[in-house]
Amino acid sequence: MSNTETVLASDGSSLKQSLARSLRRQKIRALLLIAPLLLFVLLTFIAPIVDMLFRSVENSIVQETLPTTVVELASWDAESGNPPSEAVFEALARDLKVAVASKSHTRLGSRLNYEQTGVSSLFRQTGRQIKKLDLEATPSFKDAFEKMNKRWLEPEVWTVLQAFSGKYTDGYFLAAADLTRGADGIEVVPEDEKIYFKLFLRTLQMSMTITIMCILLGYPIAFLLATLPLRSSNMLMILVLLPFWTSLLVRTSAWKVLLQQQGVINDFLVWAHIVADDNRLELINNVTGTVIAMTHILLPFMILPLFSVMKTIPPTYMRAAKSMGANDFTAFRRVYFPQSIPGIGAGSILVFILSIGYYITPEIVGGTKGVFISNRIAYHISSSLNWGLGAALGAILLVVVLALYWMYDKFVGIDNVKLG
Amino acid sequence: MTASNNDDFVVFDHVQKSYDGELLVVKDLNLSIGKGEFLTLLGPSGSGKTTCLMMLAGFETATNGDIRLDGNPINNIPPHKRGIGMVFQNYALFPHMTVGENLAFPLEVRKMGKSEREEKVKYALDMVQMGDFAGRRPAQLSGGQQQRIALARALVFNPQLVLMDEPLGALDKQLREHMQYEIKHLHESLGITVVYVTHDQSEALTMSDRVAVFEDGRIQQLSSPDDLYERPENSFVAQFIGENNKLVGTVAAVKGTTATVKLDNGSVTEALAVNCGEVGDRTTLSIRPERVDLGGKKTKNTTDALVKELIYLGDHIRCRMEVHGNDEFIVKVPNAAGHKHLVEGEKTTVTWAKEDCRALDA
Amino acid sequence: MKMKTLMLGGAAFAMTATAAMAEDMTIVSWGGAYSASQKAAYHDPYAAKEGVNIINDESSAEAVAKLRAMSEAGNTTWDVVDVVAADAIRLCDEGLAMEIDADTQLADAPDGTKASVDFGDLLVSECFIPQIVYSTTFGYRKDLVGATAPTSVCSVFDTAAYPGKRSLEKRPINNMEWALMCDGVAKADVYDVLATDEGQSRAFAKLDTIKDDVIWWSAGADTPQLLADGEVIMGSTYNGRLFALIEEQKQNVGMLWDGQVFDLDGWIIPAGLSDERKARALDYVKFATDTQRLADQAKYISYGPARASSAPLVGQHATLGIDMAPHMPTDPNNAKNTLLYNYGFWADYRDDIDAKFQAWLAK
Repeated sequence: MSNTETVLASDGSSLKQSLARSLRRQKIRALLLIAPLLLFVLLTFIAPIVDMLFRSVENSIVQETLPTTVVELASWDAESGNPPSEAVFEALARDLKVAVASKSHTRLGSRLNYEQTGVSSLFRQTGRQIKKLDLEATPSFKDAFEKMNKRWLEPEVWTVLQAFSGKYTDGYFLAAADLTRGADGIEVVPEDEKIYFKLFLRTLQMSMTITIMCILLGYPIAFLLATLPLRSSNMLMILVLLPFWTSLLVRTSAWKVLLQQQGVINDFLVWAHIVADDNRLELINNVTGTVIAMTHILLPFMILPLFSVMKTIPPTYMRAAKSMGANDFTAFRRVYFPQSIPGIGAGSILVFILSIGYYITPEIVGGTKGVFISNRIAYHISSSLNWGLGAALGAILLVVVLALYWMYDKFVGIDNVKLG
Repeated sequence: MTASNNDDFVVFDHVQKSYDGELLVVKDLNLSIGKGEFLTLLGPSGSGKTTCLMMLAGFETATNGDIRLDGNPINNIPPHKRGIGMVFQNYALFPHMTVGENLAFPLEVRKMGKSEREEKVKYALDMVQMGDFAGRRPAQLSGGQQQRIALARALVFNPQLVLMDEPLGALDKQLREHMQYEIKHLHESLGITVVYVTHDQSEALTMSDRVAVFEDGRIQQLSSPDDLYERPENSFVAQFIGENNKLVGTVAAVKGTTATVKLDNGSVTEALAVNCGEVGDRTTLSIRPERVDLGGKKTKNTTDALVKELIYLGDHIRCRMEVHGNDEFIVKVPNAAGHKHLVEGEKTTVTWAKEDCRALDA
Repeated sequence: MKMKTLMLGGAAFAMTATAAMAEDMTIVSWGGAYSASQKAAYHDPYAAKEGVNIINDESSAEAVAKLRAMSEAGNTTWDVVDVVAADAIRLCDEGLAMEIDADTQLADAPDGTKASVDFGDLLVSECFIPQIVYSTTFGYRKDLVGATAPTSVCSVFDTAAYPGKRSLEKRPINNMEWALMCDGVAKADVYDVLATDEGQSRAFAKLDTIKDDVIWWSAGADTPQLLADGEVIMGSTYNGRLFALIEEQKQNVGMLWDGQVFDLDGWIIPAGLSDERKARALDYVKFATDTQRLADQAKYISYGPARASSAPLVGQHATLGIDMAPHMPTDPNNAKNTLLYNYGFWADYRDDIDAKFQAWLAK
C-alpha cells in the first residue's frame, strides 16, 4: 500500500472518518461532564463581568428619559453661550411630564449630578413644579423654566445634557483616569480631585510589597514543612492553615488590638524601654498596618504552593550537590532554589492578584494611606451608587491584572508556574 | 586483583550507628578498603549497607567509632569537603541544568577556569560515550543515558573514591547487565576506588573485587566473589548468595575437617566442618544444587531421592526432589547428551562430595 | 409510583413553604443596640398583635445598593427598611422607595393632630417616615483632656490645648461644616460657603491643621472602642453610642454636645411590592410610628422620637432606671448649638466634595 492511498477501516469506511467519529463521542461525553460547571461559571462569573464592563459605558438613561429633548438639543451650539431655543424647552417640558409620572427624572438627575454638581436638586425641584404646568396654556416654555429655576437659562446644564445624550459614554472611564471633558475637550481634573491614578499605583505597589513579604516569610516555613519528618510537618501545617479557620474580620480586628498605639506591641516596647511612652510607634491606620495584616492573611496562599513544589524536590539533589563539593549555601542557591522558583511564581500570582482585590482589611487597618483602589470601587458600588464609575474602575483593574499576567508570561513564562 | 600497596585507603574502625539511641543499625563495623579496590556492600534492605555508605559520604554521622580516608579521620569533615564522588539511585541529575552544566557543576564550585572546565566536561562525556549530549536536559534522556551522565558527573572532578548507591536499580535487566560491564571497565581503566551498594547478588559477584555481605547491622562475610559462593562461612551467606539446599541436623562427631552429622530424619551423613560448633550443636548443611550427582557411584553420602517436579530450563533441568525428608531439595541436571532423563514420581539416588557439603551454623 | 409520591410531596411542601412565607416579614435595620430597641418597642408588640413572623435583617448600611440590585433583579425580598434620611431621599429619587402620604397612611397624634403636622419639618422626603432624631457629636476621655474639659466643638481643632489623637468619620459630611464653623464662618452661612470652591478649600485647610492627629472611622462602633482603649482623646460618633459607653459601660468619657449635627433615621417601604405585602408593610409602619411606640423606643436607646407628641411621653431607661430626657440630643440643655444635616445640599454636592475629600485624604 502506498502512503497516499486512503487507509480503510474494517467496515470499509475511511479510517480517518471512523477515528473522528469515535473521538467525537468522547468529546461530547467530556463536554457533557463539564457542562454543569461551565454553565455555572458562565452565569455566575462571566456574565456578571460582562455586565459590569457594559455598565461602564452604558448611558441610555438620558435618551430614554428625555427622548425628544435630546433630538431638539442636538442642533444647539454650546459655544454660543446662549440658552437653547424655545423648541428645546418645550420638548423638555413634555419629556419631563412623562418622566415625572414614572419618577425617572430624579434618577436622571442623580446620573447627571456625577458630571455637574447641582443637577440632582434641579431635576427634583423642577419635577415637583412641572406637575402644575399646563402644557397647552404655556405661552413661553423658556420663561416657565426660568421661573422654576434660573439655572435652566445657564448653558452649563445644557452642555452636560448634550455631551451625555449618547447611548454610550466614555465619561466613566475618563473619570476613572482622573480626566474630565471640559470646554476644550478632554483635560486632567484639578489637582485637588486627582485620586484614582494615585490609588491604582498605590494598590500595585502595596500588592507588590505584600507579595515580597509573603515570599520572605513564607519560603523558610515552606522549606521547613517540606523537609521536616511527617509528624512535625503535619503539626506545622495545621498552624499554617489555622488562619483559614478564623473569620477574616476577627483576625483583622485582632491586629488592631495588637498594633494600635495603646496596643500590645507598643505596650511591650514601652515596658522594655525600647520606645518612649510619648513616642509610641504608629503601626496601624497606615501603610504598615495594611502590609502587616494583609501579609498575615495571604501568607498561606504563598506557603501552600511553595510547599507542594518543594515537596517534589528530592533531598538527593542537595546531597548530590554537596557530594560534588558545593557547601550548604551554594547547594541551596544553585540546586534547590532554582527548582523551587515555580512555587514562588504560583504563590506570587495568587497573593498578588488576591491582594489587588482586597478591600475589607485595608478599610479597617489602612487609615488613609493604606487603602486600595478596591475600597473606592466598593464605595461607588455600595455607597455612592455610581455603578458606572465603579464598573470603569473595575474594568481598568481587570485590564491591569491581565496586562501584568501577560508580562509575567512573557518574562517568566506561565509554564514555570506549578502548584505541585 | 588491583588492590595495591595501600590496603587501608578507607577504614571503618569500630563504627556504630543508631538513629534513636536504642537500636543499633550498624553494629561494630570494621572494614578496610584498599586503594583501587571495587568493594560491594551487599545485603537485603534494612541490613545497614546504605547507612554505611552515607556515613562514608558524610550525610550521616557515625554514633561511635572512626572512619578514616587515606589515613585521616573524616568524621567531622562536611560532605562537600571530602572530595568523594557519588552516584545516586535515581541519578539526581539537576533537572534545571543541561547535561553540560550538570557536569560542570562540581568543577565550578571548585573555581576551575572556564576552558579547563569545558575540556574536562568533554573528556568525561566522551568517556561514557555521551559526547553529543552536552546541550540536552536530563528529562530528554533515556534511563541508561541518564545513568551514564550521573557516572560522568561523579567522575569529572577526578575523585579518588566513588560511592555508588544502587545506581542500576532503575534500569531494565539487559541495560543493567551492559552497564555493569561499563562501570567495571571504567573502574579498571581509571584506577579509582569504588564502594558500591546493591541488593542484587549477581551484580555484586560480577563487578566486585570483594563483597561484604551485610545482615542485621554486621558484615557476615567479606571475601572475593568466588569464595563467597563456593565457601560461604555461615548459613545466611550460603542462603543469600546463589541457590542452596539446606539439611538440618545435630553434630555427632568432628574429626579434623570432617563432621559427622545426624540429620533430623535419623540418617547420618558426613560434611566439611566449617562453622558447626562442637558435638551436640545444631547445624545446617549447605549443598549447592549443581554439586549434586544423580544416580552414579555409591559413596557414604549417597541417599535415596524421590522426584517431585521437573522444570525445563533449556541448558539444564531443575529437579525438585525429596531428600532426607526435605522436599524442597533442588538438583540441577545438565541437559547434556546421554544424560539420564527423569520422570516425576521416579525413585533414584543422589550423591555429593563431602567437600561440597558444608556444615554451618544453625 | 414512588417517584410520583415524591413529586407530589415536594409540591405540597413547596406550597406550604410559600404559604409560610406570606406570614413572614423582613425588616431591615442597623443591628446592635438599635435593632434591639426596635425589637422591644415595635417588633414584639406588632408580632403579638398580628401574628406575623418578623425577620430581622441587619443590612441597613448597604440598603441603597442592595435595594437597587434587588430592583434590577426584579425580586425585592425586603418589606420595610430602616435608613437614614439621606439614603431615603436617594432611594426616593431612584424610584426604589414608594411614596407615602403621612396624613392618610400614618396614625394621627392622640389629640387628633394630623401626622404631617406632628412630624412637621422632619418629613424630608415623600418616601420617608421619620422615626428618631439622632445626632453626631463628640465624646472625650475625661482623664486625657487635661484640667479643662472641652465645651466647644472647636476644641477638636485646638491641638495646642488638647494634644492627642481624635477620631472623625471618613467622609466629608459634618467634618466640613465643623471645619468652617471653627474657621469663623457663621452657622447660617456654612452651606453658602461650602458650595464654592474657595469655601471647600478653606474647610480642607482647616482640616489640614489636624490631619496628622486624626484617626478616621467608618463604623459607628469605632470611636467608642478607640475612646475606651485610650487610642484617641476625643472623637465623633452617634450620641446613642456614647450614651451606651458612658451610662451602660461606665467608661470615663464625657459628652460634648456643642455643635452636634442632627440627622434623622426612619422607615421606607421598597417600591414594587405585591399589594398584599405592601398592605402589610404599611400596616406595620403605621403601628410602629404612632406616638406611643416612638416614645417607647426611647426607653431602650437615647435617640429622640421624631413626633412632637411623643416627647412628653419619654420616660426612664428600661433597665438603668434613669430619666432619658436629659440624654436626648433634642433636650434644650444639649441643643444650644446644633446643626441640621442639610439633605438638599449634600444630595447635590456629595459626589463632588467626596471626590475632593478622598483626594485630600490620600495626599
